[in-house]
Amino acid sequence: MTVSAEPLRAERLIAGATVSSRRRARLADAIAAYALAGPAFVLLLCLFILPTFAVFVIAATDWQFGASTINFVGARNFAELLADRAFRISFANTVLYVLIVVPGTVGLGLVLALLIEAGRSLRAFYRAIHFLPFMATLAAMAIAWEALLHPTIGLLNQALATLGLPTANWLRDEATVLPVLAAIGIWQNLGFAMVLYLAGLKSIPQDLYDAADIDGADSWLDRLRAVTLPMLGPVSMFVVIVVALKAFQTFDTVKILTQGGPGHASDVLLYTLYRESFEYLRTGFGAAVTIVFLVIVVTLTLIQARVMERRGPYA
Amino acid sequence: MGALGIREISKNYGAVSVLRDICLDVAAGEFLTLLGPSGCGKSTLLRIIAGLERQDAGTVSLGGRVVDGLRPKARDVAMVFQSYALYPHMTVAQNMALPLKMRRLSPWQRLPLVGRVLPGTSAAVAGIDAEVVRIASALGIDHLLARKPGQLSGGQRQRVAVGRAMVRHPAVFLMDEPLSNLDAKLRVQMRSEIKELHRRLGVTFIYVTHDQAEAMTLSDRVAVMLDGEVLQVAPPRQIYDDPADRRVAEFVGSPKINMLDVRVRERGVLDLAGSTLFVDVDCAAGTALVLGIRPEALQLAERAGPGTLSGVVRLSEHLGSDIFIHLDVPGSSEPLVARLPAERAPHVETGQLVHLGLRAERALPFAQDGRRLRTQATVMPLREYAR
Repeated sequence: MTVSAEPLRAERLIAGATVSSRRRARLADAIAAYALAGPAFVLLLCLFILPTFAVFVIAATDWQFGASTINFVGARNFAELLADRAFRISFANTVLYVLIVVPGTVGLGLVLALLIEAGRSLRAFYRAIHFLPFMATLAAMAIAWEALLHPTIGLLNQALATLGLPTANWLRDEATVLPVLAAIGIWQNLGFAMVLYLAGLKSIPQDLYDAADIDGADSWLDRLRAVTLPMLGPVSMFVVIVVALKAFQTFDTVKILTQGGPGHASDVLLYTLYRESFEYLRTGFGAAVTIVFLVIVVTLTLIQARVMERRGPYA
Repeated sequence: MGALGIREISKNYGAVSVLRDICLDVAAGEFLTLLGPSGCGKSTLLRIIAGLERQDAGTVSLGGRVVDGLRPKARDVAMVFQSYALYPHMTVAQNMALPLKMRRLSPWQRLPLVGRVLPGTSAAVAGIDAEVVRIASALGIDHLLARKPGQLSGGQRQRVAVGRAMVRHPAVFLMDEPLSNLDAKLRVQMRSEIKELHRRLGVTFIYVTHDQAEAMTLSDRVAVMLDGEVLQVAPPRQIYDDPADRRVAEFVGSPKINMLDVRVRERGVLDLAGSTLFVDVDCAAGTALVLGIRPEALQLAERAGPGTLSGVVRLSEHLGSDIFIHLDVPGSSEPLVARLPAERAPHVETGQLVHLGLRAERALPFAQDGRRLRTQATVMPLREYAR
């Protein structure tokens, strides 16, 4: 009996030692993990979380940029926002702008992609030339547009006049200014939608078109309905959300071409935000606009994340 | 009148010739397999029959009618694809109904909302739905009709693809490697289901595969294709026992047929690096030949002597019913493989010297260019020569 007890005790000793050393190792692991993640977390806190929190706090005050007094006003900024005619116009303009730009970009982008894919030659050339506006600086492009749209010496009006058609002061007319800005928005995002659609078209298996041929869905329209459009569903969802996000954030063209005018006819959310915060220095009010803007953008981003997670609706 | 006639079909992709002068006749109700390694042109031939691709020369006729230039839908063929090619956004029922909808409904009736109120639409749609349900229950997939392909297993998708082909009642079924995306067990099961389907429908099947087991078990006849040519068209048994070409013999059969370089010594006697074999080939003395020997055409011999091969065992594989032994034989660059029934093979060890006799009637001699040579029915008895 004594013979067998000896190794047993030794075993227990070894086992005890491993348990305590294992616990120590686990603690060291945890410390290392926090130490490694720490800097990233601090950056996240300083650059994203605290500023966002600050916006929420400022939105509940009457603080003006540079002012020495600051008072808590609760939801008064938001009440003011809702009552403010300029803000309501700006909000409506933004929605209208998005409603023109998104279908325009998505529809034209799809048509363009189908045309390029159907053609045999110069594919790379068409791809590049249509993608150019998306890559270029919109501020610089806006100046080119300004020259084109100039009421007297602009190319557009001169061309219209030559053809005997009525001309307009495109950027100074309340009726035309928002559609013209939306057209520029479509022009800019078209290449982006086209490139995504081209990639989407390439990923459709040829087998499906063959099956459609055998099943009798072999006309141009039937193939589009049975195969192409449904298979582009996930891509379309992505394009719609990304273009909508971009359209909500439109700013450069408004700032450079119209400054929100004439009247408030081309005021959009981001421009209102900019004007209230940095021209009128109403920081508290501007923060409230920011929150409205943030809610829209975050909602769209969440939808996008959800769509990307599902990786297509057909799984 | 045959179900399918193929006359001198050729196809090139640029400078690459994929099919050369293919001729095939398939009887109505026959199960014909196009067997060959990947890249041999078998899928291209199937796509030409379907009308998905145009041949550069030659004609295809279906049911006695030349169909060149007809679109696939006008050819009365249905096809099952390797990837199944089910429409992922449609339910099983919609997938199966599409071929009928395209046939029985006018373009106006197919419109999403307007179509439903047009006269005749609801009756036609009800007919289509009934047909889909009938076929689906025949295939045992009626409980899946509301699902989408993404929610189905491989075997279920395979059945849906077959169902979509069946609803049109085509005269010819074209199948392009339909089982190659399934796991081994399911493949065997689906193989017997396809065989059963063919028996039940009684229509012509053209089946493309690279899997010889599928070709051998399913087909009435097998067309072995290699490098864009049909080398032999024959029943499976004949393809195996009586190959017309060296490449056919080498492609069909597992383990692979043994190929030995031999020389004719005199009528009925072949020399193989020191061994003598008795196979009666009608060739002049001194002619170099290639002798094909299936692994099961070899049997253990008691001792070395004329008519036997001797070699050192390099590997022996016990498969339960059979033992495969791999031998190093002088005069052969590759190891010789013999398949011996397990109960009649004694314990064979690696490194051991064994002697194998050849069943002369199973020997397959080929000329240097790969052409099959005939053996004479009468073989000189072994004992007589030894005397």
